[in-house]
Amino acid sequence: MLTVTPSRTTAFDVDVFEQFIASRREPEWVTDLRRNAFEIYRELLASELDPEEWKRVDIRAFRPEKFSIPTATKPAAAFDTLLADRAEFAGFITHIDTVSSPAKLDEELAKKGVLFGSLSELVQSHGDVLKPHLMTRAVTPDADRFAAWHAAFWTGGTVLYVPRNVQIEKPLYSLLGLATDGAADFTHTLIILEEGASATLLEETASASSTATGLHVGAVELLLAARSNLCYVQIQNWNDKVWHFAHQAGRVEASASLQWTAGAIGAKLAHIHQEVFLDGKGAAAEVNGVTFASEKQLISYYTQQTHNAPNTRSDLLYKDVVRDHARCVWRGMIKVAKDAQKTDGYQRNDSLLLSETCRVDAIPGLEIEADDVRCTHGATCGQVDEEQLFYCMCRGLRRMEAMHLIVEGFFQRVYDRIPVEIVRETLGQAVERKLGIS
Amino acid sequence: MSSLLKITDLHVSVDEKPILKGVSLEIRQGEIHALMGPNGSGKSTLAYTLVGHPKYEVTSGTIEIDGVPLNDLDPCERARLGMFLAFQYPVTIPGVKVADFLRHAVTNIRNPARKEGESLIPMRDFRKELKDRMEELGMDVEFARRYLNEGFSGGEKKRMEILQLAMLQPKFAILDETDSGLDSDAVRVVSEGLRKLAGPQMGVLIITHHERLLEYNVPQFTHVILAGRIVETGDASLAHELHNHGYAAVRQRHPAEAAEEQEHQKVTSKAAVVAN
Repeated sequence: MLTVTPSRTTAFDVDVFEQFIASRREPEWVTDLRRNAFEIYRELLASELDPEEWKRVDIRAFRPEKFSIPTATKPAAAFDTLLADRAEFAGFITHIDTVSSPAKLDEELAKKGVLFGSLSELVQSHGDVLKPHLMTRAVTPDADRFAAWHAAFWTGGTVLYVPRNVQIEKPLYSLLGLATDGAADFTHTLIILEEGASATLLEETASASSTATGLHVGAVELLLAARSNLCYVQIQNWNDKVWHFAHQAGRVEASASLQWTAGAIGAKLAHIHQEVFLDGKGAAAEVNGVTFASEKQLISYYTQQTHNAPNTRSDLLYKDVVRDHARCVWRGMIKVAKDAQKTDGYQRNDSLLLSETCRVDAIPGLEIEADDVRCTHGATCGQVDEEQLFYCMCRGLRRMEAMHLIVEGFFQRVYDRIPVEIVRETLGQAVERKLGIS
Repeated sequence: MSSLLKITDLHVSVDEKPILKGVSLEIRQGEIHALMGPNGSGKSTLAYTLVGHPKYEVTSGTIEIDGVPLNDLDPCERARLGMFLAFQYPVTIPGVKVADFLRHAVTNIRNPARKEGESLIPMRDFRKELKDRMEELGMDVEFARRYLNEGFSGGEKKRMEILQLAMLQPKFAILDETDSGLDSDAVRVVSEGLRKLAGPQMGVLIITHHERLLEYNVPQFTHVILAGRIVETGDASLAHELHNHGYAAVRQRHPAEAAEEQEHQKVTSKAAVVAN
């Protein structure tokens, strides 16, 4: 006999929004931001997504009404994480089904004025610090439908604030977890480095089970004041039932340096809009991507490197391995403003196809208004070379083992750019797991 | 008991074109054989066929080690039975460190039943062994950390092949023009390297145009291949004669094969014209 469960109505309508707002009890400025964003969201819902960004990403099967923001606090689920047990961290925080654990932070750092905790708490306790930065400069609600949706419904997430000239040597760690079937996660990562500060934040996403469906509508804002240094890593490792949409942006002031590594291993469908803005003279950004899609996964990136100031440098290297029926899309753009003379911009995407039925779309692009710049881009796409396989087999490696070695070698060039050893190891380990050899 | 590599009446086609037309050869562990012949006579075809390159189709004949037929085995299985080819043009494998590659290879060859994911030989032992072999071959140990053949010079690549030979200690080693494209110092290095390695436990088949490699590694047998057949077998003096006087005399002694060779070249050059 069939049992009929009551179907949910649209989970993100006005009623739900009002209930959500009421449940949050937030300062007025936060509520105002949300209301404004919700209005924009409703407007943008009625209009088309930017075809340039979305035409290769089919989300017709996406049903927002199947997901909702969890209201009840569930007992903590066990997560098979890549990083959590790996190292001594200067700070540690988890967000499971949008519920944040109390953050741990090295006492010395707390004394120096470092803030590390959940966004939900910090808008209450340190609104003055956050207000100038939260969704004002990097990711704004009017960017697109997903940014607006996120801005209206953000559920928490990790905040790191590092005061002027404070250097944090050890990495900090943040976990975003989904446990309940149908749960929606709207976490927001906000990192603010004041002048001369430096920090490393390692963030990973994980699912408690391999079967729970989920939704992530996230945002990442990385705000680097002059001469600051940030290494930010996000490894997206959801199960393959999760829809992942994210708007992520970094703003880099004069002589500051951002190193940003994105690992994409999981999700049913992931689309990330990732931007770096080189806003001050001498700013630099290095963007690394390691993507491995298998089965029926679709992993899509829309990346922009925007040079707004002279003598700025950006260097993007994405490597994707695609297998089975999976698909990868990368649309990259370097934009150079009129005044950004002596810009050095680079973008490159290399793809390795492991099956006849997978697909990669890699489209680099340049928009340059300055006249004294050096901008280069490139994309390569190919299958594992049979002569390489033959050579390895002649040395006693079985075909699959040889294939795996070649795949790991393919990613090695990205690992070589990452100074944090634990990140190199973790990415390697994630790839090995996915290859089924560890 | 020494192992025997036995090739019997081997016929091989590439893209349905016959290249080897009945090659028979027996190599015992401890023996050094030289294989010489003009370009296009089938030397490299024999080398690739022995290790199982999928492009080379055996249409008849057998390859056996101690009575175990290799014909249906893939290159990995042949390697685990003791076959080794030092490539004329070794490939580059980007991002894969020499040490990691060799650790996988050595583990598999020494433990032929190993499946992927099973443990590799202990890192400490392996590192020491690799370092010792590299020093013996006069190689900078830094090479172990470089990516396999990436940015290597011709001589460095060939030396890397000899290092692999040293680490894997195969029963049968085929050297496909390991001395070609090298300056005389580099030829000396690989020749000396091979001399140190070849011993009673290794049967060696040296494919070469040069004599230097054979001066250091004097063959007991020299085979001459012409138009896909071994037409003469002699001792080291035959290699010497071919080196000094070329193949004119051989062609005279074997007019049928010489005619086939000419025919083959015509077809090949015509095909090249069409392709252009």
